[in-house]
Amino acid sequence: MDKFGVAQSQKYDVYASRLLPREEYFTSGHRSCQGCGEALAVRWVCKALGKEAVIAHATGCMEIVSSGLPQTAWMHPWLHVAFENTAAVASGIEAGFKILSRKGKWPGRLPKVVAMGGDGGTSDIGLQALSGAMERGHNFTYICWDNEAYMNTGIQRSSSTPYGAMTTTSPPGKRSIGQATWKKNMVAIAVAHGVPYVATASPSYVFDLYFKIKKAIETPGPAYVHVLCVCPTGWRSATDLTVRLGRLAVETAVFPLYEVVNGKYRLTVEVPKIRPVKDYFRLQGRFRHLREPEINFIQRQVTSQYELLLKKCEAAYPEFPVISHTEESQEGA
Amino acid sequence: MAEHAKRLGMEVSIAVSHAVQMARAEAIAAYPITPQTHIVEHLSSLVANGDLEAEFINVESEHSALSACVGTSAAGARTFTATSSQGLALMHEILFIASALRLPIVMAVANRALSGPLSIWNDHSDIMAARDIGWIQVFVENGQEAFDHTVMAFKMAENSQVLIPTMVNMDGFILTHVVEALEIPEQALIDRFLPPYVPRHQLDPKRPMTMGAFAMPEIYLEVKMKHQVTLMNSYDRILAIWEEWGRLTGRHYQPVERFRTEGAKILLLTMGCLGEVAAVAVEELREQGLPVGLLSLRLWRPFPFAALREAVNGAELVIVCDRALSLGGGAPPVLAEVRSAFYSLASRPAMLGYIIGLGGRDVSPEDFKEIVARAQKENPEAPSQEFFLYGVRG
Ligand SMILES: Cc1ncc(C[n+]2csc(CCOP(=O)(O)OP(=O)(O)O)c2C)c(N)n1
Ligand code: SF4
Ligand SMILES: [Mg+2]
Repeated sequence: MDKFGVAQSQKYDVYASRLLPREEYFTSGHRSCQGCGEALAVRWVCKALGKEAVIAHATGCMEIVSSGLPQTAWMHPWLHVAFENTAAVASGIEAGFKILSRKGKWPGRLPKVVAMGGDGGTSDIGLQALSGAMERGHNFTYICWDNEAYMNTGIQRSSSTPYGAMTTTSPPGKRSIGQATWKKNMVAIAVAHGVPYVATASPSYVFDLYFKIKKAIETPGPAYVHVLCVCPTGWRSATDLTVRLGRLAVETAVFPLYEVVNGKYRLTVEVPKIRPVKDYFRLQGRFRHLREPEINFIQRQVTSQYELLLKKCEAAYPEFPVISHTEESQEGA
Repeated sequence: MAEHAKRLGMEVSIAVSHAVQMARAEAIAAYPITPQTHIVEHLSSLVANGDLEAEFINVESEHSALSACVGTSAAGARTFTATSSQGLALMHEILFIASALRLPIVMAVANRALSGPLSIWNDHSDIMAARDIGWIQVFVENGQEAFDHTVMAFKMAENSQVLIPTMVNMDGFILTHVVEALEIPEQALIDRFLPPYVPRHQLDPKRPMTMGAFAMPEIYLEVKMKHQVTLMNSYDRILAIWEEWGRLTGRHYQPVERFRTEGAKILLLTMGCLGEVAAVAVEELREQGLPVGLLSLRLWRPFPFAALREAVNGAELVIVCDRALSLGGGAPPVLAEVRSAFYSLASRPAMLGYIIGLGGRDVSPEDFKEIVARAQKENPEAPSQEFFLYGVRG
């Protein structure tokens, strides 16, 4: 049994792992890579959803590793249709349940409707369907598994790939630094739609993730949760460092954990002393080609974006890492 | 006329939306495109006024329209959508998935040319680009048929031995926008004919189920085979449902409709509402003593091989009138299909293909007479062209 009653969830923000549900809704036996951060996130998110949920899933790693006929890793009712339309499918499911309930054909409470997709399925090809579903105000939760590239098809760049990262379609070379654009801000896009609950989350911070999902599904109307998922295969990182890397993303302010409730920003994990981004980059092959000046450029961007976020959150300034002024990258100039 | 039925004059699009209303559709997701618009506009006002208890999802594209329909149908709601041309093309990817998921969605297609050049006018290039999507596909000729077949489509799609989405094709503008007199049965009759939808598979936490799993090479073929067999087998159920409707309303439908085919040596074959135009020509030619008849192909998928062979029996020449072009290919779609239905037979009629009415080009009874005249001058064993683009200039 899930010990967190629906309205109670916010009370349990203490570390008490035994209170988390033992039920597995995303079961073992699926075929994700060793150390897959997405699979870890899916597992915890599904626990937070509880039994009374229905999932629409986009094409992508988590769909492919979990649902080869005639097997399935999903204990929830689950529907995969295509890559770019998950939000539209979820809006249909929600509307379908609504009319069945209105006509007395669905006894009892309606299940929570949840859509899930990768960063490609969300911020690129699925953005239109997501925008439509958010704008129409369906009562559903959209969860983006952001492993910062199209991993399922072999690590191609997406608009969520961070600046400088190597992917198979943003390779570094004589005329390329790797990914040449800054990560698309999906949270801001969701907030701009007036979505009442928007958050970032990470499976390296299980409680933060757990309660955010609870809040998201309790929110009437649309909710959007953007989950950073370490992908050892695509990030060229050691498989035993997944949780560590997820924490480093937060500790370096590369991926801050916050929520936006009815437009109001709040930092949910405060980091008193921000670590330099190179601590995070060092453990990942996808950033290996970056030189000091480029890393410094990125460091400045990360710091200034984090400052902007802190202002929105009205949060206290932490200690920032010191950047050596010796070198600046051309790209940064 | 069935008991208590009302005879009313109305625009065919409105009649289609009444059919959807009387079928008690529960969910509609649609995106506007000419000439489908009147159908969905009227449906949204029926929902807005509480005359139809349904969810109307105003999606942001046709891709999302059909995706949302997959969602509503998987949730267990009776689902309808309508589109045309570019909209059908934008749905293309999901058309296959909806049928593979075996969701009994009903769609009206107001047939229209595909761009480019952009054309809002009628032909069949939209549906012919989507003929292999694994749906049941019906063509109608007039407003009454549009109404009747929209109601029947739900019963066909939802039959527990079928569970295949069903599409009712009606010519854009030249059918959808005309006002016709038609007979609207009593709601009670429709309720008797079409009971409330009880889904066989449904997204339900009480009985969790994975829908839309992927298939490795060891199983993909079997899934496809099952789909093909079920679609072909749906033929008998479809006929039974049409028969039941015929008993209730006095309006009987056949997969291949015949007009003046008795003793016909030359047969025109059409699909959609040009059949009524061709019938005028056939009538006149018969008066002149020419043994001409007309076949109208109502059921396009599953293709009615046996019924067609039977209907053609005795004819020497079949003139197949297509409304779409297979660019870079030989025979246009309907001619290709009809030919393949006869190729293996020891004795088969000669066949000539004429493409007519592309992109809204007007077709009159005179044109059909002219086509028959020209066809008679061809040597059917060695026609001067693979097919004829009738009426093309330059
Ligand atoms: C319309 C369409 N285009 C392309 C693809 C190929 N495709 C499948 S999954 C995928 C990438 C998935 O990336 P993402 O959404 O980030 O999920 P991930 O695999 O990284 O978890 C692509 C490009 C597809 N299935 N459908
Ligand atoms: S490629 Fe990455 S996201 Fe995909 S299964 Fe492997 S580790 Fe997980
Ligand atoms: Mg990805």
